[in-house]
Amino acid sequence: MEVIVEQSFKKTKKTAIELKNLTKRFGNLTAVDGLFLDIRWGEIFGLLGPNGAGKTTTVNILSTLLDPTEGYATVAGHDVVEKASEVRKVIGLCPQEPAYFPYLTGRENIELFGQLHSVPQKLLGERIENLAQRVDIHDDIDRRASHYSGGMIRRISTIMALIHDPPVALLDEPTVAMDPISRRSVWDFIKELRSQNKTIILTTHYMEEAQELSDRVGIIDEGRLIEVGPPQDLIDKYQVNDLEDVFVLRTGKKLKEEV
Amino acid sequence: MDFKRVLALVKKNMKKFTRDPGTLFLLVLFPVVLTTVFGFAFGGIGESGPQSFEIGVVNTDYSSDHPEWASGFFTNLSDIEGVILVEYADNETGQADLLQGSIDALIVIPTGFGDSCQSYWEFPFDGTSWINTSISLYLDSGSLVATAAVPPIVQQVFLRTLFGDAKISLDVPVQLTSPQLISASSVSQWDFMVPGMFAFSAIFITVIVAQSMTVERNEGLLRRMSTTPVTSSDYMLSQTLSYMTVAIIQVAMIFLTSYLIGYRPATGLIGIGFALTILAVFSLSCVGLGLIAATFTNSADGATGLAFMVAMPQMFLGTFMPLGGIADTIASIMPSTYVTDALTTLFLRGALVTTPSIWIDLVLVVAASIIVVIAGILVFDRWGRGM
Repeated sequence: MEVIVEQSFKKTKKTAIELKNLTKRFGNLTAVDGLFLDIRWGEIFGLLGPNGAGKTTTVNILSTLLDPTEGYATVAGHDVVEKASEVRKVIGLCPQEPAYFPYLTGRENIELFGQLHSVPQKLLGERIENLAQRVDIHDDIDRRASHYSGGMIRRISTIMALIHDPPVALLDEPTVAMDPISRRSVWDFIKELRSQNKTIILTTHYMEEAQELSDRVGIIDEGRLIEVGPPQDLIDKYQVNDLEDVFVLRTGKKLKEEV
Repeated sequence: MDFKRVLALVKKNMKKFTRDPGTLFLLVLFPVVLTTVFGFAFGGIGESGPQSFEIGVVNTDYSSDHPEWASGFFTNLSDIEGVILVEYADNETGQADLLQGSIDALIVIPTGFGDSCQSYWEFPFDGTSWINTSISLYLDSGSLVATAAVPPIVQQVFLRTLFGDAKISLDVPVQLTSPQLISASSVSQWDFMVPGMFAFSAIFITVIVAQSMTVERNEGLLRRMSTTPVTSSDYMLSQTLSYMTVAIIQVAMIFLTSYLIGYRPATGLIGIGFALTILAVFSLSCVGLGLIAATFTNSADGATGLAFMVAMPQMFLGTFMPLGGIADTIASIMPSTYVTDALTTLFLRGALVTTPSIWIDLVLVVAASIIVVIAGILVFDRWGRGM
């Protein structure tokens, strides 16, 4: 298997996220195997791969939930192990499995996470109104979270990740279980974030989503980064119709089965 | 540590307590229901009159030259409101009835009782000339009220017999040991149980903490929060403050419920304040035990079971009443024992807040709570967060 060592961006002020030989093992299983990657400020980076490829493990390392076994990662110049508390201030995580307090309303869940990030109360109210409009959950924001559908929870989880206006957002499959209209509203929102120069790592199983939103994508398989580049460049490189074809070609797996 | 974050988490917990029916029931309604049920079961409801005791008496002072002292003693005893006198011809018959629970206590007037009383009045200031005797007193160990109330009654009656209504506390030739100084005329079993009720309800916090922490861990909420600037100490302090607040609310509700159904503690506002303090401190140890239970279980059900195993010994060994023997030895290492002891001293015996024994109880509860809560935080932070 060809392994790409991505070196498009050297460690400069433009680098928001840096991975150097990032490795994570669980016993005999190597979930992430020597990732090298630089992601610049303001970039939306799509992280693609089959189930179990190591996408979520990578996100968990970047969000300080897991320590790497080898190598290191930095976010906004802070080592994720040595300066975990600094990293937590600058990231917003929308986890693959949304975690929320079911007995709180959507607004209260978001408020809580804003308060945990020390967002001033007045600003918090304004941001909640604004973000709820953007992801189309405004009418339901005062309902108990236990009454939400899966798609609503995803949207609330996205706002929880971004309520403190972090410069780096880690969105782990943010549009799973959403209807097409809601998904589109989240896409528009993510595009808007790019215009605000935010750095986003977006993991997704939807190739259309990755192609639409990402400045670059990286394809991970069995813990290794096997392809990286702008979606159109990869499509051109392999002379195929779309990113899904690139994915299937490079991973050798049928995407629809994965999804 | 950031107190705004801590406050935000405390507010979150308070919303959980009020919105989650299961938690609300266990934390607030259950203690109130339990208090009411115990109040009915043990005679507190609407009871304002004195407790009634059936006391057996055996007079073995047959050959005395002064039988009027024994008969005077019986007369004074029967004059006590709520005392029903049952006379026995011999000790054996009285003992048999006591064993069967037909009477609450048995008093045996010794041979020479009259002579003994008479010797006092002949030589009131010369103890060497007295004829010393002892009144034998047998109590039904299953009757909490009799155990505590009858000895002072007998003491009081004897002194009235010897001195009339004058209040005297001189040495006398007839001895009876009084184990507790309580106001016997208004004491019921319910009065004995109320101090234990407060500790009993606080112990349930162990179960709630274990359940709550397990659920938050299993649903990924602890992991999710650990990607924010919240520190472990922020989170643990918020949990501790939340459950201390609940403990204080529980105490207030149990107190109110007890009061409404007739309970009147023999202490004032300062005593109640002391009770709130020691219970709030005690709740810390319950939080610590809950954290330990949550650490070593994978599910809410498992946490509940383990928490009950941890809480049960506290609930039933020393919380309500001394059980004697090895149970008392085990109870002596449990903070709930000292909470109940302090509350009993205040609420039942009417001791002042300056009484040294309750401060010793408080110090012991503080020490135990600090140890348990620190152990709980360390253990949970190290192994229980599921990170």
